[in-house]
Amino acid sequence: MAEVLNVNVKDGIKLTPKDFGSTQDVRWCPGCGDYAVLSQIQKVFPELGIPKENFVWVSGIGCSSRFPYYMSTYGFHSIHGRAAAIATGVKANRPDLSVWVATGDGDLLSIGGNHFIHACRKNVDLKVLLFNNQIYGLTKGQYSPTSEKGKVTKSSPYGSVDYPFNPASLAIGAEATFIARTLDRDIKHMQQMIQRAAAHKGIAFVEVYQNCVIFNDGAFEPLTDKETKADNVLVLEHNKPMVFGKNDDKGIRLNGLNPEVVSLTDGKYSIGDLWVHDEFDKNPARAMILASFQELEGFPTPIGVFRQISKSTLDGDIAEQVENITVKKGKGDLEKLLFSGNTWEVE
Amino acid sequence: MTKEVQILEDVTIRFAGDSGDGMQLTGSQFTNTSALAGNDISTLPDYPAEIRAPIGTTYGVSGFQLHFSSNEVFTPGDHPDVLVAMNPAALKVNLKDLKKGGTIICNANAFDLKNLKLANYDTNPLEDGSLEGYELIQAPLTKLTIAALEGTDLSNKEVARCKNFFALGLMYWLFSKPIEPTLDWIKLKFKKNEAIQNANKEALLAGYSYGDNTELFTTKYQVEAAKLEKGFYRNVSGNEATALGFVAASVKSGLKLFLGSYPITPASDILHELSKHKNFGIKTFQAEDEIAGVCSAIGAAYSGALALTTTSGPGLALKTEALGLAVMTELPLVIVNVQRGGPSTGLPTKTEQADLMQAIYGRNGECPIPVVAASTPSDCFYMAMEACRIALKYMTPVLLLTDGYLANGSEPWKVPHENELPEIPTKFRTEVEGFAPYSRDENLARPWAIPGTPGLEHRIGGLEKANINGNVCYEPANHDFMIKLRAEKVRNIRNDIPDLEINGEDEGDLLVLGWGGTYGAITAAINKARKNGLKVSHAHFKHLFPFPKNTEDVLKKFKKILVVEINLGQLAKIVKSEFVIDVLQLNKVQGLPFKSSDIEAKIIEILGGK
Repeated sequence: MAEVLNVNVKDGIKLTPKDFGSTQDVRWCPGCGDYAVLSQIQKVFPELGIPKENFVWVSGIGCSSRFPYYMSTYGFHSIHGRAAAIATGVKANRPDLSVWVATGDGDLLSIGGNHFIHACRKNVDLKVLLFNNQIYGLTKGQYSPTSEKGKVTKSSPYGSVDYPFNPASLAIGAEATFIARTLDRDIKHMQQMIQRAAAHKGIAFVEVYQNCVIFNDGAFEPLTDKETKADNVLVLEHNKPMVFGKNDDKGIRLNGLNPEVVSLTDGKYSIGDLWVHDEFDKNPARAMILASFQELEGFPTPIGVFRQISKSTLDGDIAEQVENITVKKGKGDLEKLLFSGNTWEVE
Repeated sequence: MTKEVQILEDVTIRFAGDSGDGMQLTGSQFTNTSALAGNDISTLPDYPAEIRAPIGTTYGVSGFQLHFSSNEVFTPGDHPDVLVAMNPAALKVNLKDLKKGGTIICNANAFDLKNLKLANYDTNPLEDGSLEGYELIQAPLTKLTIAALEGTDLSNKEVARCKNFFALGLMYWLFSKPIEPTLDWIKLKFKKNEAIQNANKEALLAGYSYGDNTELFTTKYQVEAAKLEKGFYRNVSGNEATALGFVAASVKSGLKLFLGSYPITPASDILHELSKHKNFGIKTFQAEDEIAGVCSAIGAAYSGALALTTTSGPGLALKTEALGLAVMTELPLVIVNVQRGGPSTGLPTKTEQADLMQAIYGRNGECPIPVVAASTPSDCFYMAMEACRIALKYMTPVLLLTDGYLANGSEPWKVPHENELPEIPTKFRTEVEGFAPYSRDENLARPWAIPGTPGLEHRIGGLEKANINGNVCYEPANHDFMIKLRAEKVRNIRNDIPDLEINGEDEGDLLVLGWGGTYGAITAAINKARKNGLKVSHAHFKHLFPFPKNTEDVLKKFKKILVVEINLGQLAKIVKSEFVIDVLQLNKVQGLPFKSSDIEAKIIEILGGK
């Protein structure tokens, strides 16, 4: 462990968050939730035991996709929706690198939806941070694939007619091996989620509810406001019963496949009756139920790790196949390959 | 029965049948055997897009044409001498191409009422005299195959499916070919199913001895070995050669190969071939779509691989935006477009040359990408290597154009030795001192500084870059400068590629100008025209963007220029605007390669007949 901790040491001095900041001026709007994510990443990165030069940030297009410019690691600001596909190429070619994707709700779930679900399915060892502000910011305020139905925006003056995607259930359905959610205003929690994502081997999907001060201000206020937060947020913890509320007075009970919000003070139910969260549940059904809370009236919004399972990764399997075939067939010999098959000599 | 053996110089055969009849297999076996026997060859597989169209219909007909000779061969042959028709539909579709007085060998058993109706024949062509003038040989191939395989445990259907091997055996006899190569192949191919293995072997042998014993044939033929240049040869298709060229480029550059690709006809065989050679450290990634194919390759290039993506026209259209990113980020990348009939889905299994404009100009913004094209199946090997050389030396994406005809067609290839192939020098930047991501070397290439290199951490992307430091830059003068710099970098490549070569006199009345897969047909036409005393030369572009630097000098020395293309005149348009000259055109867009006779006729039309 000691040698791992010493990796980010330069000239005998341990690297700090500042060492991960670039010289570029950050050009997000004042008050944007993206700042919080940037500073938590810069805080966590020196502690991960990964050499600085081995970090790669890949992004697509959108406000959040400017992220790589504000880090002093390797970075690739690409084209709309394609970050996951480019990152997959980076990781498949170089499994030794720690590859991170910064993306938004339009970038990842609209134009880039296909790459996202396939990166999940293939379990590419990428860390995907979704900055979900439920709006298109950089194109100045159209509804996004995570905007609620009926939302009034520039492109939907009479209310949007689209049903939104639920990013967590999409990721669970696409067989992502790590699915978590956090809030831009809860920096401690965000740090934990970043650390957990970094430690996961395989695709790690972290949805960050992120406030857009200009086009969708206050979208997550019920979850972040001091007064209302406790009643609206359920903090998921492994092996703990699902308790929430200002005085820890409410809980979630699972009645068959139906979740129920129950009171812990009316004498009907006690803490022992509550649903105990199991992050490592092999069956995705319960994680899917958790993800569905946002569509259920009166339910709190879960944050934390919905599910983490372990299976081999695409990049690891590709490398292993190359290795095994090389052992089996011997290292490739070009001369032999050129003259393989049926050859004949003309004299 | 002893039969007369007649020596021929040159034969073209077309095998035709239902798409389930195994005609591609029969054709390629005959090809390999002929190649091994020393003939020069050229082939043209022609198959429908449907895997198994309804049996007996004309749209389900699959064909394989091959031209073998004791002389040098340039094309798969304009008109077959022999047509092997496994059913009425195959006869109906292919008869129009058969040489006057050519031979038809048909499976008489397939000419029943049902099949005649399916092929829209009102009367049986074998009986109604419509085939007069051809040499018609009616062999009951199905019945003979069933008889030969009597007593096997196979079902009737399985037995009947062996008739293509019976037909192949008969053709081997007719053209005095050895059957051993195919016997060996059957043994290997069907090693897991002994019953099928034996049945195919018996059918082949029975077909061969049928030739000896039947009275249908009084003569058999022989085509002697061609006088090819000394050396070791193998038969190679364009797609196979392309894949081998990339393996060679990987070895010669010392870089690991990464292919990101989405299956598409007729390019998929390159993916298939490369995925076999993982022991060269090759990584192949079958992406979720065309865009992910190129994007994963861009990611691999960024992180230090020799990166490729392979596709055909519609796929190239989908990759367009990502190619702009590769230009902006100045990463080495090779994109292969195995052109097929377009637009849209077009003719997926047929050949065309209509993506030249798309390759050179088909992107948003000023977006120069070098474009190279292969001229023959084996040339695909060298042009794949050349595309990699340019990409790595100039830090640029490079487009390699081949086409369906080159990709699936095959020819004998004099195999080069590893040590005869050029090295492809490459270097990653590691030196921290003085590093700037958009600084330039003498070729105007920027440094390749890959993730994992300490001290060289930097950011790239699709937004305009400031000269030298590579930061995002919206400065008007910088944009103008960078646009011109990227253009100049690519334009300079003209000083680093071979001159445009001329086949024939380097001045005269007429220059035939071509590019890509028309090489063989033009060469054959030119050779014939010159034998007949016409003053005509041929120049063939392998580098289409930029053009070789002597191009203008070459063009100026001819009174007339004829541009031959399987499109409506894309190269013609570029040559006209680039060199401000007038050109004549020959354009035919039928999904098929040119017949050399078409080109020869045009030459005669221009120069006056002889």
